Amino acid sequence: MTTFAETPFVRARKRNELFAKLVFGAMAALLVTPLLSIVAYLVIQGAPLLSLDFLVSNPSNGMRAGGIWSALLGTIYLVTLSLLIAAPIGVLAAVYLNEYAEDNWFTRVINLAVVNLAGVPSIVHALFGLGAFVLAAGIGRSVLAASLTLSIMTLPVIIASTKEALSSVPRAFREACWNVGATRWQTIRGIVLPNSVSGILTGVILQVSRSAGETAPVMFTGAIFFRPIPEGDPFAYSIFDQCMALSMHLFSVTTQVNGAPPALPYATAVVLLGTVLAVNATAIGLRVYLRSRKKW
Amino acid sequence: MVSGLVSASAPPPKIEVSGLELYYGKKRAIHGISFEVKAHEIFAVIGPAQSGKSSLLRCLNRTIEFVPGAQIRGKIAVDGQDTARVKNVFELRRRIGMVAPLPVGLPLSIHDNVAFAPRAAGLRDPKKLEELVERCLRQAALWDEVKDRLHSLGTKLSGGQQQRLTIARALSHRPEILCLDEFSIAIDPVTTMRIEDVLKELRREMTIVLVTNLVQQARRLADRTLFLWNGEVVECDRNDVIFSEKPGNRKTYEYVNGTFG
Repeated sequence: MTTFAETPFVRARKRNELFAKLVFGAMAALLVTPLLSIVAYLVIQGAPLLSLDFLVSNPSNGMRAGGIWSALLGTIYLVTLSLLIAAPIGVLAAVYLNEYAEDNWFTRVINLAVVNLAGVPSIVHALFGLGAFVLAAGIGRSVLAASLTLSIMTLPVIIASTKEALSSVPRAFREACWNVGATRWQTIRGIVLPNSVSGILTGVILQVSRSAGETAPVMFTGAIFFRPIPEGDPFAYSIFDQCMALSMHLFSVTTQVNGAPPALPYATAVVLLGTVLAVNATAIGLRVYLRSRKKW
Repeated sequence: MVSGLVSASAPPPKIEVSGLELYYGKKRAIHGISFEVKAHEIFAVIGPAQSGKSSLLRCLNRTIEFVPGAQIRGKIAVDGQDTARVKNVFELRRRIGMVAPLPVGLPLSIHDNVAFAPRAAGLRDPKKLEELVERCLRQAALWDEVKDRLHSLGTKLSGGQQQRLTIARALSHRPEILCLDEFSIAIDPVTTMRIEDVLKELRREMTIVLVTNLVQQARRLADRTLFLWNGEVVECDRNDVIFSEKPGNRKTYEYVNGTFG
């Protein structure tokens, strides 16, 4: 007769189980440590300067005093404009690739291009942007040229994440629509897009953090060392102006400016990180909200 | 429609398939089959898995075009018109109602599930849509169960209810032919019997093509039955022949009596 007694063999397996759980858990916990220590370190170091005033006043005294207003606004301009360019192109291209395209050499070339474009280092994007938009297209160093460069950089990732979101809608739904005489577009419009919009939006929003953080692409194409603008005016830049950017500002105050108070780069980094985390949190919140309305 | 021109002679069969071949890439799934479906009959297609039954239905309404690499040869005519040449393939698909093996409630409300096809065809009037939705849900024997919650999600219904919802959606575009692909594999016997009763009602208005794995279901419902085996027609005849002691082919006898397959 079988009993449920604990044999030494069972005890050994239980011990292994516990050991595995602890090791895996420790590795997972390890991941959180850098993030928390980075944030804590930055906030502590930057604390003396952090205030609302820091956000809305221009740098002054050769970047050694004042705030980060023109850099903050510049980053907002760059990120917004680049998303306005990349999101529609990326989403529409992904809809084509996922819903319409047949498997032929043309589609394969496009897919290959998307994958490879995603692997291009940002400094190469920067050089491309300098050559193509600033010089060849004659836009000059400006918010527009820098945003175009950023959108080339984010486009492949937006396409990939949108395709992923679209293909998560079951094929049976599409077939049901085709069977009742709906066109591909009616199917996409009525069923596919409404049920993949959460994934599409999250993918797009997550690109904000990449655009905001990249230094090289904007440094070559439109970001400038120093430029004061009217404080508190959200429309202070034109898209044909050069602008300051948080990522580049951080680079400058750390490496190019002598005699800046030690808290200045840290406070700038806190604002950059805070902006990115806030946007990511929005994306997560949006995802949770839209998921809760999921219909199957 | 050219029905005025041909009304003098005998009406063409509802569906006429001749020499149909279907290739998925290089693999041949249907090996040149021919048969006719008469108007207002229940026509059953039986055969084991992989015999080409579902593919055949996809060929009928040309949704096979959405399968990459699929190629068909031969001819399919609906009401005497070659389906390969129809200019408005969407109207062809509306002429043929399709019910898939697994119930597919679209992620829309019950009302919108049924109203989807008429809307896609351009019907906007909410009053007319409401009437149509009620008529189709009644025909599919679902109305009494859902009439108080038409605006809740169709995907939240039970499997059997979703299958009747799928039938209601297939009826919403007023098809003349209703194709059901193993509609009972995901639902219980009681619901199956209810749907079979629905089909007996519907045959007065339309032609029904019933693809089924259940030999007994074909025997119960159909007028004629086609036995498909590995993409080839073994036999196609009236039910009293197919299910008799002496059908035209020994294989048919063995299959319907469960000695093989």
